[in-house]
Amino acid sequence: MNQWKNFTKGFIKENPILVLILGTCPTLATTSSAINGIAMGLATTFVLVGSNVVISLIANMIPSKVRIPAYVVVIASFVTIIDLVMQAYVPAIYETLGLFIPLIVVNCIVLGRAEAFASKNTVTSSFFDGLGMGLGFAMALGILGAIREILGAGEIFGFKFMNQGALVFVLAPGAFIALGYLIALVNKLKK
Amino acid sequence: MAKKDSFVNMVVTLFVITAIPAVLLGFVYKFTKEPIEKAKQIKLNNSIALVVPGADQAEINQFSVMPENGKDSLEFYEVIIQNEIKGTAIKTYSDNAFGGRIVVMVGFKPDGTIIDNDVLEHAETPGLGDKTSKSKGNWNSKFKNKNPKEFKLSVKKDGGDVDAITAATISSRAYCDALQRAYDTFIKYYNETKIEENNNSANLQTELETNEIEKGENE
Repeated sequence: MNQWKNFTKGFIKENPILVLILGTCPTLATTSSAINGIAMGLATTFVLVGSNVVISLIANMIPSKVRIPAYVVVIASFVTIIDLVMQAYVPAIYETLGLFIPLIVVNCIVLGRAEAFASKNTVTSSFFDGLGMGLGFAMALGILGAIREILGAGEIFGFKFMNQGALVFVLAPGAFIALGYLIALVNKLKK
Repeated sequence: MAKKDSFVNMVVTLFVITAIPAVLLGFVYKFTKEPIEKAKQIKLNNSIALVVPGADQAEINQFSVMPENGKDSLEFYEVIIQNEIKGTAIKTYSDNAFGGRIVVMVGFKPDGTIIDNDVLEHAETPGLGDKTSKSKGNWNSKFKNKNPKEFKLSVKKDGGDVDAITAATISSRAYCDALQRAYDTFIKYYNETKIEENNNSANLQTELETNEIEKGENE
């Protein structure tokens, strides 16, 4: 039951983007379409789960003065792994996300979960926390990407139903507008 | 809970924690190296085949040539089918685009006629400047089967023959600039190699003649 809570809190209650408002840089930049958003979210999920598990394992062995560099090394290793793997097996998606995959290293969600949760909890709890947070992140990115794609380009997952959308939603301002309304909606629902 | 913050402790911990991922990443790199190269090669071959038909089953002769104006060299891919150059795909660029650099692949027939063309990399505005890429519109077809000798590669506003994309004149200009750079380098390169070949055969001739003269003198 407790693990279930650890898992589900990432979706609505403590959703990293919509409630904690962490990691907005990749959120705004990669959600120009639903598939990009989901791919970015899943890459982050992999890193989150991996780093959470490893950090909860080694947290007791690390002197607290050097814990942040140690955590960053762990996170960076996982990011490099996913970076190389994506380059090798899904080059098309890697091309559109490109720069933002290495930037997962500095995503505050990942380091935030390592510091705030994984270093103080057991391996299983950390695993579920990472998975829930990551999938919550992916879900939010997917929804945001879908909204922007539908309104901006008039298509979803490559299926076109409108000839021309409102261009502003594909551009950066549209990301802010869509994210703002999404956060407002979640706040309303939470109350 | 945590270990003591002694100097030795910190050094050892950091050493161990960087050494393990170093080894691990070495292995990952080794395993993914081949697929990454393969994916890049496939992408390149596809983009060559896009602008020179039949390139996927042909022999490709790759080299780079420095253009007269521009910072970086252009990549030439000669598509050779049965010992004959069917066309040359050129990876060209322009730095005057709206979002910085735009990289274009263009295929030329040996006489300089454009076979086909497409954008490889760009940072143009979605919905406006990105219409230069084939997947977003039919702008590229304007250049198909045109020879830049008669078809002036600049937008109509600048006195050329190309209808610019509405609201994306800068991107259109940059695209024309990239094609023009490719064409100029293409013509210059092949003229030079022709002259060189002629010179070589001429040199050979004079050498033979001098040899004969020397022989005659010896006799």
